Amino acid sequence: MASTPVQPRKIRSLTADDWVSLVGAILASFALVDLLYLHVLATSGALGFVVSWFVSFMLFYAGILSFVNPRHVIVDRLVTAALYVAALIVLGALASTVVYTFAQGWRALVHLNFYTHDMSGVSPTAPLNQGGILHAIVGTVIEVGIAIAIAVPVGVATAVYMSEVGGRFARWVRTVVEAMTALPEILAGLFVYVILIVYVGLPKTGFAVSVAMAVTMVPIIARAGEVALRVVPSGLREASSALGATHWSTVRKVVLPSAKAGLATATILAVARGIGETAVALITSGASSFMTINPIQNPMNSLPLFIFTADQTHEPLAIVRAFGAASVLLAMVLVLFILTRWLSRDKGARR
Amino acid sequence: MSTSASNTPTTLRSSSEPRLLEPGLERSDRIFHGLSTLTGAFVLLVTGGIGLFLGLQAIPTLRHYGLSFFTTVVWQPELDHIGIAAVLLGTLEVALVAMTLAFPLALMLALFISDYAPVKIKSYLVSAVDLMAAVPSIIYGLWGFFLLQPHAITLSRWLSQNFGWFPLFHVDTDPNAAVWQQSRYTSSVFIAGAAVSMMAIPLACAVMRAVFDQAPQGEREAAMALGGTRFGVVRTVVLPFARGGIIGGSMLALGRALGETAAVLIIISPAYEIKFRVLEAGTQTISALIAGNFGNATASQLSALMTAGFVLFLITLLVNTAAAVIIRRSRSGAGTDI
Amino acid sequence: MTTTDVETTIHDLSATHRAASETHLDAIGISAWFSGTRVLENVSLSVPPATVTALIGPSGCGKSTFLRILNRMHESIPGAQMAGEVRLNGDDIYAPGVRVTTVRKRIGMVFQKPNPFPAMSIGDNVTAGLALTRTKVNRAQRAELIETSLTRAGLWREVKDRLDQPGSALSGGQQQRLCIARALAVQPDVLLMDEPCSALDPTSTRRIEETIDELRSEVTIVIVTHNMQQAVRVSQQAAFFLAEEGQPGGIVEQGLTDDVFHRPQDPRTAKYVHGDFG
Repeated sequence: MASTPVQPRKIRSLTADDWVSLVGAILASFALVDLLYLHVLATSGALGFVVSWFVSFMLFYAGILSFVNPRHVIVDRLVTAALYVAALIVLGALASTVVYTFAQGWRALVHLNFYTHDMSGVSPTAPLNQGGILHAIVGTVIEVGIAIAIAVPVGVATAVYMSEVGGRFARWVRTVVEAMTALPEILAGLFVYVILIVYVGLPKTGFAVSVAMAVTMVPIIARAGEVALRVVPSGLREASSALGATHWSTVRKVVLPSAKAGLATATILAVARGIGETAVALITSGASSFMTINPIQNPMNSLPLFIFTADQTHEPLAIVRAFGAASVLLAMVLVLFILTRWLSRDKGARR
Repeated sequence: MSTSASNTPTTLRSSSEPRLLEPGLERSDRIFHGLSTLTGAFVLLVTGGIGLFLGLQAIPTLRHYGLSFFTTVVWQPELDHIGIAAVLLGTLEVALVAMTLAFPLALMLALFISDYAPVKIKSYLVSAVDLMAAVPSIIYGLWGFFLLQPHAITLSRWLSQNFGWFPLFHVDTDPNAAVWQQSRYTSSVFIAGAAVSMMAIPLACAVMRAVFDQAPQGEREAAMALGGTRFGVVRTVVLPFARGGIIGGSMLALGRALGETAAVLIIISPAYEIKFRVLEAGTQTISALIAGNFGNATASQLSALMTAGFVLFLITLLVNTAAAVIIRRSRSGAGTDI
Repeated sequence: MTTTDVETTIHDLSATHRAASETHLDAIGISAWFSGTRVLENVSLSVPPATVTALIGPSGCGKSTFLRILNRMHESIPGAQMAGEVRLNGDDIYAPGVRVTTVRKRIGMVFQKPNPFPAMSIGDNVTAGLALTRTKVNRAQRAELIETSLTRAGLWREVKDRLDQPGSALSGGQQQRLCIARALAVQPDVLLMDEPCSALDPTSTRRIEETIDELRSEVTIVIVTHNMQQAVRVSQQAAFFLAEEGQPGGIVEQGLTDDVFHRPQDPRTAKYVHGDFG
């Protein structure tokens, strides 16, 4: 007996009526607002138009739906519409930020000298084929590099302490570390300024910026790192103990390697936070226009600092350069961000 | 036939009391634990020391300026007549404006991501929110000043035209003039608050979404089985469950908004007065005050700035600790790693 | 058993290992507490060398707790305490001055949920015990040890061509056999197994039971199982644990598996092996 093979059924959750109601409401409200807003009242302003359109859309939609749907369904649909709009607003704002930054900086970004020269001897009003932000890029890279060298060992060691050793004192440490992840960066900068620059007498250098960055980064690495370590299954630690390993051996050879990705993510998150710290650089570093690779003796410029000082000049060309530098900074953050996504992807085939 | 233990020593230790055991820590483990604890103590000292250090600055400040430091409105360093009354108010205003914009948007976006978005794009949305949090604040400052401000001041003008009788929306100029004074609307609390909200939204949204995702599946199914719409399920199961996360996430975002520096610096023009007119140009926040003035500060003004910083430190510490406690104690926060 | 330092060469371990068939493990008067609540009362058991001893009984009677006392894993739980003695060849492993790490190299353990180290390859997983205890081997010895251990665990043929793959890329049954190989590589005198098959499918269970049977001439095995048929299949000695409601657990009856199951002396044992409760 031949029988047709069984196919799964297609189950649709939205009916034709739903779609027609939605589209109808959109069109009707648009037409109404267009008529009233532009032709009858002759008001202007894109923002006002959009807001009026949205409000009238909601009213129309509610009205149309009420012909066949009970009240709680109408509320559900209106809420859905509102949520879609809210998501569009926020994501649109984010997109506009990214696009606008690159668009405004484009004129500076196309010049090769932007990446290969610094601003020594170049005035802020000079045309864009002169000068560049090499010193700021290098400064950011060096400052962040030193900050990482300080913050990662300290942060990971603290995370290991909180997660693997524990105890009553560890709870105090965790409380303070958690509170410090929210420390406004300007206070970290202020602290480093007074301690290192005023009391100890160090000059305003790139090193001071690195220290302040590290102060901000350590709590982030410590807390996110602790979470990454805690997620390592306790069965692994047990197995290691049962083989006769010491605690340190277990941590070093089993726990840390298993948490590698999580610890790397924690570090990158801290770095993304650190490279944008403007206030810190403002306070602890002088904004030099020279390219320098010595962080101990000389003031170093960095991307956020350059952006700020260029913006403050209010000169149009300087502002284009500021956007150019902002684009470079944003590109760095994007790269770091993609790196975190890549590191925390689902690895391998697990059965 | 059962057998009993073959070697029963004559001196059998009593089996009714626990033995005191030495774990026999290896030398390497003793070193490990010791160094580890030292690192923890070091971090505790340095990070905790910041607060202590800033607080100690209150002593020379109070000695020099007295308690009037907290009540003086103006900041005139040339006359050495300074106080943080207006600055403190400005800080709160900017943060509150930011939260007024950020709270509904973050809540709606979080709800959208957790319960309404198509499953396939959900992880991209989560990434987008995380990206929003990673963008440096100075970039939002540039965005706010150059892109948002020209459009936002038309909104400010409209508000002051139609609702100017309400003290909050009043602006000291004629909104109905044919050529209206744009400069009276720029660099205001409102614009600065809007830029800061871009940093508050992703923070609050991330916490809220993580919490929404944890609403118990069993309860969700029960609501669905009773014939609830999607919003019905959200209203009866998700939102009550997530109350702690919603409040806690918002407070974390508030803490961030209070301490924000770079964006505020770029947007506002410093003005020292006690005013509640958020649409009007001119304001000052503690962090912008510190960043803008530390360079030319005398010694006593420097300690005054640090006292202001200490006040900011206390406020953010309070807000963030309260947020952490609320999250941890709530039903929704227990499993969340904020 | 001496308290000398951890670093030994594989030569010494093998020397100890050859005497495994003369290993005597005796538990005397064991009691256990969790945060003040007593869960085991005065349990004594003598484990015969080169045999498989099964600890049977309904769940929650303290079988796993007792097993963990045998290799000093019990005390790693906060709030856990014990009393009594565990003697390996006459020496109390709980005596002051004895290093737990050394105890655990002589008495190994395989857990209920397979737990290979995901950050290591299959080959590295096998020798993980050596790496963790800083036992030195040269490359030839290492390769030989990997092959021997995997063969004894019944896994060599399936993985010999992919020793570089991560340890987590195997099926559940293979992972558990990898854990057995890992435990064997340290050359323990006694191998403790805490319900090793309960997380596995019937086919993998059968493979592991075959492995256990092959191993018993080389290493003394104590296995906790709540599967009575498994106990009959693999063990020569058995001890029946029971805990009355709200009371600490203990051994009701012990002896040859055949005797315990077919000629039980205690009525409670009879009821259990008859399947009246589980």
